[in-house]
Amino acid sequence: MNWGNLDNFLAMGGYGLYVWGSYAVTFALIVAELVLLALRKRNAVGRIR
Amino acid sequence: MRINWFKYSSPQTFFPLAGKLALGFGTLALFACAVGLYLGFFVAPTDAQQGESYRIIFIHVPAAWMSMFLYVVMAFWAGMGLAFNTRLSGMMASAIAPTGALFTFIALWTGSFWGKPTWGTWWVWDARLTSELILLFLYFGFMALQAAIDDPRRADKAGAVLALVGVVNVPIIYFSVKWWNTLHQGASVSLTKAPSMAATMLAGMLIMTFGFWFYSIAAVLLRARCIMLERERSSDWAAQYARGAT
Repeated sequence: MNWGNLDNFLAMGGYGLYVWGSYAVTFALIVAELVLLALRKRNAVGRIR
Repeated sequence: MRINWFKYSSPQTFFPLAGKLALGFGTLALFACAVGLYLGFFVAPTDAQQGESYRIIFIHVPAAWMSMFLYVVMAFWAGMGLAFNTRLSGMMASAIAPTGALFTFIALWTGSFWGKPTWGTWWVWDARLTSELILLFLYFGFMALQAAIDDPRRADKAGAVLALVGVVNVPIIYFSVKWWNTLHQGASVSLTKAPSMAATMLAGMLIMTFGFWFYSIAAVLLRARCIMLERERSSDWAAQYARGAT
């Protein structure tokens, strides 16, 4: 699949909102889970000490 | 060489192993998702009927598969905990639930964003969508029930019963597109017939599935480590680890 330029890639043939809306939320949730896990770990270690 | 598998059934010995495994699977997940997304966006062709909107498939289908698979694995560990009363089993079940809920939500969200341009609606109360929503509530119910009980061993037992009863919903989700008339399409990929999609689309989707799978393993192991530290905070090994982590 050759998109030509960035605008075409972002437009996704007119479905940009739907495609990127899906990917952005997925990415954000995964990052959020990893951040929450790191905080929970730090909390757990902190409570031992 | 004989391996003593029971060695790793105690939190003390499983904790460092889980850390190493999480790092390994996390790296694999990153690699698989990079390859999968490259195939999905730069190799796979435009769909003849759906145009570019179909590219949601590369996260929608893997997330939906993981949401069901993780529930079965969670119910398995919950059942093991009930049957054998092993400490680690309940911790694994609790560690899986939030990641399972995450993928269930992603499957629903991306499905909604795919439904709008292709079906003309964000949501319909049909069998596939409704049973997947029930799965999300089962995960939430499991987590809420465990959070409401102070004694972790009793929380594990109560959660295990809920998880095992709820597992009946998984085949209902899977076969819903066959058993009822739904707006959702049938399976494009199954074990019994050749997949009905282009090879590069299929490859991208399967590699993304492995990516999500490896990510799930890594996230679950990281959460299991947190749970081990929380529940065994008065043990010697936890104190030793906390000193080293400074």
